[in-house]
Amino acid sequence: MNSNLIASSATSDKIQARELTASEIEEIEHEKTLYPDKQAVGLEALKIVQKHQGWVSDESLLAISRYLDIPVSELEGVATFFNLVFRRPVGKHVMLFCDSVSCWIMGCENIRAHISQKLGIDYGETTADGEFTLLPVPCLGDCDRAPVMMVDENQHRNLTAEKVDAIIQQYRNNEPGEQGS
Amino acid sequence: MAKIVIDGVTYEVNGDNNLLQECLSKGLDLPYFCWHPCMGSVGACRQCAVKQYRDADDQKGTLVMACMTKANDGSIISIEDEEAKKFRANVIESLMISHPHDCPVCEEGGECHLQDMTLMSGHNYRRYDRKKVTHRNQYLGPFVGHEMNRCITCYRCVRFYDDYAGGTDLAAQASHHHTYFGRQSDGFLESEFSGNLVEMCPTGVFTDATFSAHYSRKWDLQTAPSVCVGCAVGCNTTPGERYGELRRIVNRYHGDVNGYFLCDRGRFGYGFVNSAERLAESQQGKGTGRRTVSEDEAVLELNRILDGGQVIGIGSPRASVEANLALLQRVGGDNFYAGVSDAEFAQLQILKQLSGESALHAPSVREIEECDAVLVLGEDVTNTAPRIALALRQSARNRADELAAAAGIPSWQDAAVRELAQRELSPVYLLSGYATRLDDIARATVVDSAPGLTQLAQALARTLDSAAPTPAATLQEEQKQLLGSIADDLKGARRPLIVCGTGSGSEALLKAAANVARALATARGGDQAVDFCCVVPEVNSVGLVLMAGETQSLGLALKKMQAGDVQAAVVLENDLFGRAPQSQVEAALAGVGQLVAIDQLPTRTTELADLVIAGTSFAEQQGTYINYEGRAQTSMQVFMNNQAARPAWKWLRKESETTLAGLLQTAETTLEGLAGITAILPVSAAAVAGMKYPRQSHRYSGRTAIQAAANVHEGKQPEDRDSIMAFSMEGMSSQRDTAVLPNTWAPRWNSNQSVSKFLDEVGGHLRQGNPGRLLFTRNGSSAGYFEPESAAVTTGDFTLIPAYQLYGSDELSARAEVVNERLTGAYVALAPHDAQQLGVAANDLVTVSADQEALDYPVCIRRSVKPGTIVAFTPAGQFPVAGAGDQVSLSKAQGSGQARFGNLIVSDLQQEGI
Repeated sequence: MNSNLIASSATSDKIQARELTASEIEEIEHEKTLYPDKQAVGLEALKIVQKHQGWVSDESLLAISRYLDIPVSELEGVATFFNLVFRRPVGKHVMLFCDSVSCWIMGCENIRAHISQKLGIDYGETTADGEFTLLPVPCLGDCDRAPVMMVDENQHRNLTAEKVDAIIQQYRNNEPGEQGS
Repeated sequence: MAKIVIDGVTYEVNGDNNLLQECLSKGLDLPYFCWHPCMGSVGACRQCAVKQYRDADDQKGTLVMACMTKANDGSIISIEDEEAKKFRANVIESLMISHPHDCPVCEEGGECHLQDMTLMSGHNYRRYDRKKVTHRNQYLGPFVGHEMNRCITCYRCVRFYDDYAGGTDLAAQASHHHTYFGRQSDGFLESEFSGNLVEMCPTGVFTDATFSAHYSRKWDLQTAPSVCVGCAVGCNTTPGERYGELRRIVNRYHGDVNGYFLCDRGRFGYGFVNSAERLAESQQGKGTGRRTVSEDEAVLELNRILDGGQVIGIGSPRASVEANLALLQRVGGDNFYAGVSDAEFAQLQILKQLSGESALHAPSVREIEECDAVLVLGEDVTNTAPRIALALRQSARNRADELAAAAGIPSWQDAAVRELAQRELSPVYLLSGYATRLDDIARATVVDSAPGLTQLAQALARTLDSAAPTPAATLQEEQKQLLGSIADDLKGARRPLIVCGTGSGSEALLKAAANVARALATARGGDQAVDFCCVVPEVNSVGLVLMAGETQSLGLALKKMQAGDVQAAVVLENDLFGRAPQSQVEAALAGVGQLVAIDQLPTRTTELADLVIAGTSFAEQQGTYINYEGRAQTSMQVFMNNQAARPAWKWLRKESETTLAGLLQTAETTLEGLAGITAILPVSAAAVAGMKYPRQSHRYSGRTAIQAAANVHEGKQPEDRDSIMAFSMEGMSSQRDTAVLPNTWAPRWNSNQSVSKFLDEVGGHLRQGNPGRLLFTRNGSSAGYFEPESAAVTTGDFTLIPAYQLYGSDELSARAEVVNERLTGAYVALAPHDAQQLGVAANDLVTVSADQEALDYPVCIRRSVKPGTIVAFTPAGQFPVAGAGDQVSLSKAQGSGQARFGNLIVSDLQQEGI
């Protein structure tokens, strides 16, 4: 499927692929062993690169496209289909704030307003110091302990304004968040 | 046959089809978006919902998607059911939520499938009053405009562009109400078939940017059934004119040739018709002495020359049969020469010889799609006959249909069939001079020069039939294995296909390809003809070779001219400098008394002519063209040239009473190859009281005022004395005869989707029969295998392979202003290793020298070029430095080239250094 090289020829004057790092390649290579062909690894490769780089830049996208021989437009289709593949830079910590029905009943909108006011950011925005990005998610599967948000890999439950302040402080101090409830 | 009941009426249907297909085939109106006869059903848009009942007692019924439901025998359905109607109205209301109210400024307005379906579904009041989703549009190149806000997310664009046409640079992005159809970033669409998006999109997301630049509504265009002159496939088109200018070209359905699709050269390459360079008037004299002459003066002068004796005529593969015939009849068959290169002439003679052989069959495009094993020998069909490349891509998918049939899945269940087949394809073997755009569907590719491919083909013929001649060379084990697989696949296929053509530039390869086809016919029992598709370069290459005598080559004509045996030469729509080496042409022109050139655009030949006659473009004349399979097709005149250009056959006819039909009738009796050609002329049997078929729609606006800026009097419509069509809104209804149908329209169906109303079944054939006629009569047995010939030995370090480009190999489209942006210039492609050895980088100039000629070419580096060969692209109008398979020498030249690699769409271009 060398036709991909055609698709990248027209974009190459705007974007230059970066070199994938050794550890990225190692992890992608591992994923390749789990699938019948390398084109199937597209999504996993995007996740691997995001894990290492924080987000997927155009340069990274093109690098994966070249490495796996997937047309760059197709890979972009995958990347943009999933809300949590970040195609724009995000802060050091990504806050996924649930605005679904249970959390809404439990007053999540007040908490969201509190976070926005405290950090000076709305949904989709990143703090000026690059620490936090706030994003809405439809559900985090913890409705009995709403309101809920996830920061990086950690779930935070039964949120209150005070609790949110403490969580933000924890991350600012580089302390890992709570694991259980 | 199955019987189904639709709204109380019983219909006989094909039970393997889906309900939507059958409803449309029966002429019923059922709205749809995502379904397409060539792409099957995915059930995405939910627009074709109908009510289906279990049995006659079932009063309630269930809603089903017609496109996803088989038309099983005994099915009872209702389109008119109130619940189904309400469902469809609700679906379209949802689809339309973010659709803008911009119909008055949208190019699709008036021929919009979405408008038609909205009206048909009864959604005529929009309740949604919130903010609409808006998108940023992309620049997609000079051909296709992008307006994403109009999208209703039916996915037809990507299903055509990616799934059907094999494109890789357009994809669906994001999800739910943000879904976006575009490229990863701005840039021209790379597919050779991108223009079909304009017709594929049910609304105005993808529009014809060349049309937008001088827009008219569909009903304001004067149109006529025409044939594309871009290559030898002969796709049927509908060109549209307004104010004396050709405004656009859209597809015209032909069940055997192009079906629903055109290539971008054919669709967007029409600008030469409107070119400011056009020869508007005839001219006499050379250099500074050249002056414009009136029509009468031109005729007198031309007749004086033609009647003066010792005149030769040089015909043209891009001129109509009639134009060539008129010239032939004026100068006599012995003085009529084929205006193509000598190498091509020799190849065309072989094709002519093969055209009578009953063991071979020249397949139509539709038949190519049905083939399930393909061998391509030395022809880059994507660049020489693009519509065939699109067909080959479909033939590779026959494997998927076989798998589906075995699993009991109907072939129209597109998503299911693709899921089942994954990457499994029918065998396609590509043996070519360089990497091609079809490589991604190939089971195996071999890249070699013509002599190398010839050896392989000879060996393959021998593998298939032990009676075939012994190949000249012995093969390596690897090659033997490959040939074994190819032979097995071809023998075992339901319908195998051999594709070759004049593109390889090699007579020997063409002969070897014919041997393969003959051997295959024998290996398969000999009772069935084998599909043998021989691609030729131009719209009427076949017509020309059927008219010119077997020895009447251009080389011979040039020799006679040079020797001073000729008083005058009449060159018809041809630039001799593109057909023979410059030195030969110059010597010939120096020897000839007078040179007459008839053409539409100035060329190096018209520059040197004593008399230049202004000819018309395809759109301004009626003419017949014979395609690669020997299919003669009539192209009707679309509009009248409003300057002094006239069709070549009119300039050349001796008697002013001679008609187009008269020319063809004479030809039929005098030229064996053209027997039966008069049968293609549209007949006006149905015409009452001399009425003709109108070229203008019944909604054509402003006819009485169209000339008001020039004259307050309402001018008379130009009269068409040559055909059964009129430059008028009045006359016979053309709806009953698709041979004179100026454009596709039916009540309630303003878009091109109305074509279903003219077909025996959707995706089938035109009800009155597909226009045109196959001229080859195959009643001869084979003359026996061609014996391999030892090639003449030439000296040099590299073997030359000629290359072709979609935008650049065709003389006329290359002169369209809009194509200029995508034009590929001359280049020589080298293997990375050879480039390194020569110390040249991309964009450097190299001098390519053969026996007597030497030319400088810019270099590009292509990874798949075979070391020791060079791939040379020479644009139309220039003559290559050497022929295919010739040995040439290369040396680095001073300076760097004006290479246009940015437009070079090849899969193996080495990026570095460009």
